[in-house]
Amino acid sequence: MAETRPEAAPAAEAHEKMGYWRQYIFSVDHKVIGKQYLFLGLFMGFVGVGLSFIFRWQLAWPGTAVPLWGKVTAPQYYEFVTMHGTIMVFFVAMPVLLGAFGNFLIPLMVGARDMAFPRLNMVSFWTIFVGSVLLLLSFFVPGGGSRAGWTNYVPLSDASSYLPGNYWGGNLWLIAVAIDFASVLMGGINFLTTAIAMRAPGMTIWRMPLLVWTELVASVLFMLSVGPLIAGVVMLLFDRMAGTGFFLPDRGADPLLWQHLFWFFGHPEVYVVAVPGLGIVMEILPVFSRKPIFGYRLIVWSIIAAGILSFMVWAHHMFVSGMDPTLAAPFSVTTIAISIPFAVMLFAMIATLWRSQITFSTAMLFALGALANFLLGGVTGIPLGTDASDIYLHDTYFVIAHFHNTLVPTAVIAGFGGIYYWFPKMFGRMMNETLGKVHFIFTWVGFNTVFIPLFLIGIGGGQRRIYLSSVYTYYKPLQPLHVIATIGLLVIIAGQIPFLLNFFLSMFRGAKAPANPWHATTLEWATDSPPPHENFHAIPTVVRGPYEYSVPGMEQDWAPQAAAAEASAAQG
Amino acid sequence: MILGWLPENVSTFGPNIDSMLTLILYVVGTAFVLAEGTLLAFVILYRRREGGRAAFVPGESLRELAWVLIPVVAVIFLDVAIDVRARPIWDLVKEQSPPAGLTVKLATLQFGWEFTYPGPDGKFGTGNDLVQTTFLTVPTGQVIRLLMTSKDVIHSFYVPQLRLRQDAVPGREIPVWFEATSPGKYEIACSQLCGISHFAMKGILKVLTPEEYQQWVKQHWPKSGAGTGKSASTTRSSASGTEG
Repeated sequence: MAETRPEAAPAAEAHEKMGYWRQYIFSVDHKVIGKQYLFLGLFMGFVGVGLSFIFRWQLAWPGTAVPLWGKVTAPQYYEFVTMHGTIMVFFVAMPVLLGAFGNFLIPLMVGARDMAFPRLNMVSFWTIFVGSVLLLLSFFVPGGGSRAGWTNYVPLSDASSYLPGNYWGGNLWLIAVAIDFASVLMGGINFLTTAIAMRAPGMTIWRMPLLVWTELVASVLFMLSVGPLIAGVVMLLFDRMAGTGFFLPDRGADPLLWQHLFWFFGHPEVYVVAVPGLGIVMEILPVFSRKPIFGYRLIVWSIIAAGILSFMVWAHHMFVSGMDPTLAAPFSVTTIAISIPFAVMLFAMIATLWRSQITFSTAMLFALGALANFLLGGVTGIPLGTDASDIYLHDTYFVIAHFHNTLVPTAVIAGFGGIYYWFPKMFGRMMNETLGKVHFIFTWVGFNTVFIPLFLIGIGGGQRRIYLSSVYTYYKPLQPLHVIATIGLLVIIAGQIPFLLNFFLSMFRGAKAPANPWHATTLEWATDSPPPHENFHAIPTVVRGPYEYSVPGMEQDWAPQAAAAEASAAQG
Repeated sequence: MILGWLPENVSTFGPNIDSMLTLILYVVGTAFVLAEGTLLAFVILYRRREGGRAAFVPGESLRELAWVLIPVVAVIFLDVAIDVRARPIWDLVKEQSPPAGLTVKLATLQFGWEFTYPGPDGKFGTGNDLVQTTFLTVPTGQVIRLLMTSKDVIHSFYVPQLRLRQDAVPGREIPVWFEATSPGKYEIACSQLCGISHFAMKGILKVLTPEEYQQWVKQHWPKSGAGTGKSASTTRSSASGTEG
């Protein structure tokens, strides 16, 4: 791959001569690839939310016809909840937080002209694109998409007799997920190499913006955890298509093996998504509060500590699975200990706001909203990570509400914040703030209207994955909460209309963005909006840390990371 | 108020689980309210003012970091408190198995429950076992031991009122226990996605008073003596489809 390096640095003029296909479709430019990931992630996100609209309607008003769809059958219900989870985690959160923001920002933030391996970068995008297409195709094969749940537990997902007619849906699920993992692995190699080897002069590791740190830690977590699951996916595919029995108990296998492989990856995976989401929040907070992030180094160590701990907690998903109950104690203790590094990060973010000067831009509102809800997601992990209380809460809506309060604030709410914040850099135009604020209010209020009732349903014993709650009498008093939650989802969906309008109208009609509209310090703001091919007219020299706001004795309240010459050119 | 949503409890260890939930709610609720309150207060107090300038507090010295580290120490203490409180409760529910008054085998399958009683001789597989689908009939005041396995995929035995949940895994026999405290009919829900009719895989736990239970045993259990050999066939009591 090293041979691609010389090609990555031709003069900017060569770029002008490239054809449309090389420039916009099979581009090797990290900025174009980042946008491709963003569009793919947004599109898949709307598919995923659309699915949730159908099954949440069924949950609130069972048996009634869903608008624009019709009645939902049980097989459809299980197909849609499975595909919703799969799409949102593997085909929205990862492409947006890693693919889009990581790709677009890492080279810009460390002062590089592109990723270390631009062609690998292009291959990585087109790989996940193929995975996405295959996953979407599975809706249309006979029997529809997989119905085995996004965790795809064996033996339900193994022998095809357990889910009759779902043969191709299950196969395509495995193939698409394996392809998705391969894509993210390629991305991770690029992220690591670029951030380690291609930093601008003066960009020491302790001057890297926190987003770069979080993308690095996320890439390492992913690379170290995904191997076992890729092996598991391939073994399961062999079981289904070649008649092997790796996971079939009647052929001597232990079905819990899949759960260990899945969650050994699955828990770090949560942080692969959550940590870069927090990284976005940690970029936005200092800019709109005009203060340095509080305790930069302590935060970096906490991110690393959380990453290491995330490898030691996986079996908390399996307390009641039938594994040896004596294993619960160590996994419960490590899980509760995760609260320590995250408490450091969250408290540091709150402390950043102390005696600050807050501007409520749309990006800042999303960052604050993400912070507020991530706190709720964090604390509600405690009763699930504690083995004794998990006996009761496991597989109820409490779990659903908990993990949506960790993943949505980071992947969606912080992700939107990131879009509003970096849109001027990505597209060279400003977004509309009024539409943005309407979008925020609908999204944030809607989100909480969905998930606060779901916590209560879980406490009431309401299980997840129940197509028809009226089967159970204990579910009856909980049913109004499902109605409230679905109304919340309708509010969220309505709130995405101003976003789409804003996003596409601003892309073509928005006011031209200056190089540094927010008076921010990090390197991506020291070049044009959008940055030229190869990012910088001259590679900047970094002279200070990433968050020097309101430094005493300075006239302006921000000091760019780049040396004066480059920065002053970009102030216009 | 939040825990008011809990269903009634009818097991002996239920109060322990509820106390765990209560402890966590108080600890975590307090931390949550303090953190959100601080966040909200800062957001309101430190709105941008014309000509204002933010304080420069990078949080590099230990003196500044104490503002974060001291609350974190509090978090560590609370974590330990939760860990310590959880140990005996988990041990009680999942690791100890008190001497059982009645042992029942449970085999789960798509999409039903098959409970096997040992019959009058108290031994399984001796020909006078009683197999009952859907319904698990037990007395109050006795430790019931369930030996769980599955005939096909993974299912999960969940009775909210017992505060008990355990997966049934093919190829394994997993023991659980409970002791019900008040008579009544409670729903057994499958709590692990097990196929298209997962949502309808409902069983019924019938908790009887000891007297009623003896009556039920007399009526339903096979009369034949123990170990009459393979000629005696296992008795099947097929439950009526509706809740009887």
